[in-house]
Amino acid sequence: MIRVILPHHLRTLAHVGNEVEFEVKGAVTQRSVLDALEARYPMLRGTIRDQVTFQRRPFLRFFACEEDLTHEPPDSPLPDAVRSGAEPFIVLGAIAGG
Amino acid sequence: MSKVRVLVGTRKGAFILESDGKREKWDVSGPHFAGWEMYHLKGSPADPNRIYASQSSGWFGQMIQRSDDGGKTWHQPGTPSGELPAPGPPKAASNKFAYDASAETGKPLTTHQWYDGTQHPWEFKRVWHLEPSLTDPDVVYAGVEDAALFRSTDGGQNWHELSGLRGHGSGPKWQPGAGGMCLHTIILDPSDAGRIFIAISAAGAFRTDDGGKTWKPINRGLHSQTIPNPTAEVGHCVHHVAMHRARPNVLFMQKHWDVMRSNDAGDSWQEVSGNLPTDFGFVIDVHAHEPETIYVVPIKSDSEHFVPDGKLRVFRSRIGGNEWEALTKGLPQSNCYVNVLRDAMAIDSLDKCGVYFGTSGGQVYASADAGDSWAPIVRDLPAVLSVEVQTLP
Repeated sequence: MIRVILPHHLRTLAHVGNEVEFEVKGAVTQRSVLDALEARYPMLRGTIRDQVTFQRRPFLRFFACEEDLTHEPPDSPLPDAVRSGAEPFIVLGAIAGG
Repeated sequence: MSKVRVLVGTRKGAFILESDGKREKWDVSGPHFAGWEMYHLKGSPADPNRIYASQSSGWFGQMIQRSDDGGKTWHQPGTPSGELPAPGPPKAASNKFAYDASAETGKPLTTHQWYDGTQHPWEFKRVWHLEPSLTDPDVVYAGVEDAALFRSTDGGQNWHELSGLRGHGSGPKWQPGAGGMCLHTIILDPSDAGRIFIAISAAGAFRTDDGGKTWKPINRGLHSQTIPNPTAEVGHCVHHVAMHRARPNVLFMQKHWDVMRSNDAGDSWQEVSGNLPTDFGFVIDVHAHEPETIYVVPIKSDSEHFVPDGKLRVFRSRIGGNEWEALTKGLPQSNCYVNVLRDAMAIDSLDKCGVYFGTSGGQVYASADAGDSWAPIVRDLPAVLSVEVQTLP
């Protein structure tokens, strides 16, 4: 089971709590995790990646196991601890005022 | 007794203000979508319980929200309220606005002019304005940035671009205003289902007479000192356009500078700024029952976006422009430096008609006597982006 922590506004949009869990079939990568997340919570489509270009939204970053994975290739395997569910995959919004 | 429901979009959420026909006591609900920019909310004329809302964020992009119960509950179209979606492909793509560049129906995704005069690719950013059909609650139009017009025929679940507008051919000459290259005005002609007027900052006004397949610029008579050719076919920074339902060929326009009027559905325009203290501004609207009575809120200048002389004044003309009177009763007349944005004025259809506007300072003012006197409904909301009103039985 993959664990994902979402920023506040996406939790309210998806009507979920601090953390969501779901299965990912096949290789566990940024792309497969986001694909599975969007399939489980369709209202999140377009909020993390642009729906047309599939580019990560510029004010969002990805972390896991205290590592910044934001700029890792989307098909690179995620850390073992994420694959096993020991650690969450974190989608983090940039800190900005206003 | 009739009721009114005022829909307010702000920088940090949406608010709904409701009153009976007296418009003296108000119930305020919200914030809905707290923390999100709510550029626009508008109810369906065919079903007042159906309300569409544009929700966006610099972090998370564009959402479309819909209420089917007058704003009590909301959901993203295709995802019923309170129901977690089942695993599998999504039922809808309510927040997907993809420019149509298909060979069958679309136009090539060309470029438009950037601030520095270079060409820049078309990039979707947000929905500025939602315009529900006059007759079908499931049909709604969306004006977006970068400028294009989209339509949904399934209650906002899926959106398709009317690409004849973006592909009109003049697109490379369109340019963003300070707020972005937005399509902000959509007017559906109640007497002709095929006729739609739209306006873009900074391209100008356009009209279709065939339901959106083909478009023509309707900017003859506009004069803009801020572009190389002041009378160019396109490139004008139109801020807002208004029409009275009973006279769809008469249009009123607040341009970047200049208040304008057309008597021929936009084929030609004449300036009607007259005795206004400044003819810069954003909003313009028409009285519900008097087609020659119009309202504007003059703003000091394009570099000082606040009301002149520290006085918040609505100006009313009863003869369709040129001669204006200041409406000040109940509005602050000293130390006031707010702005009123282009979609932040609305008019109900009661008798006497109510006039509403919201400010960058978070106030929403209402007049229950067509502008003669004013009172704040709320004073301390986040900066107001849009105000719409529904007149309910």
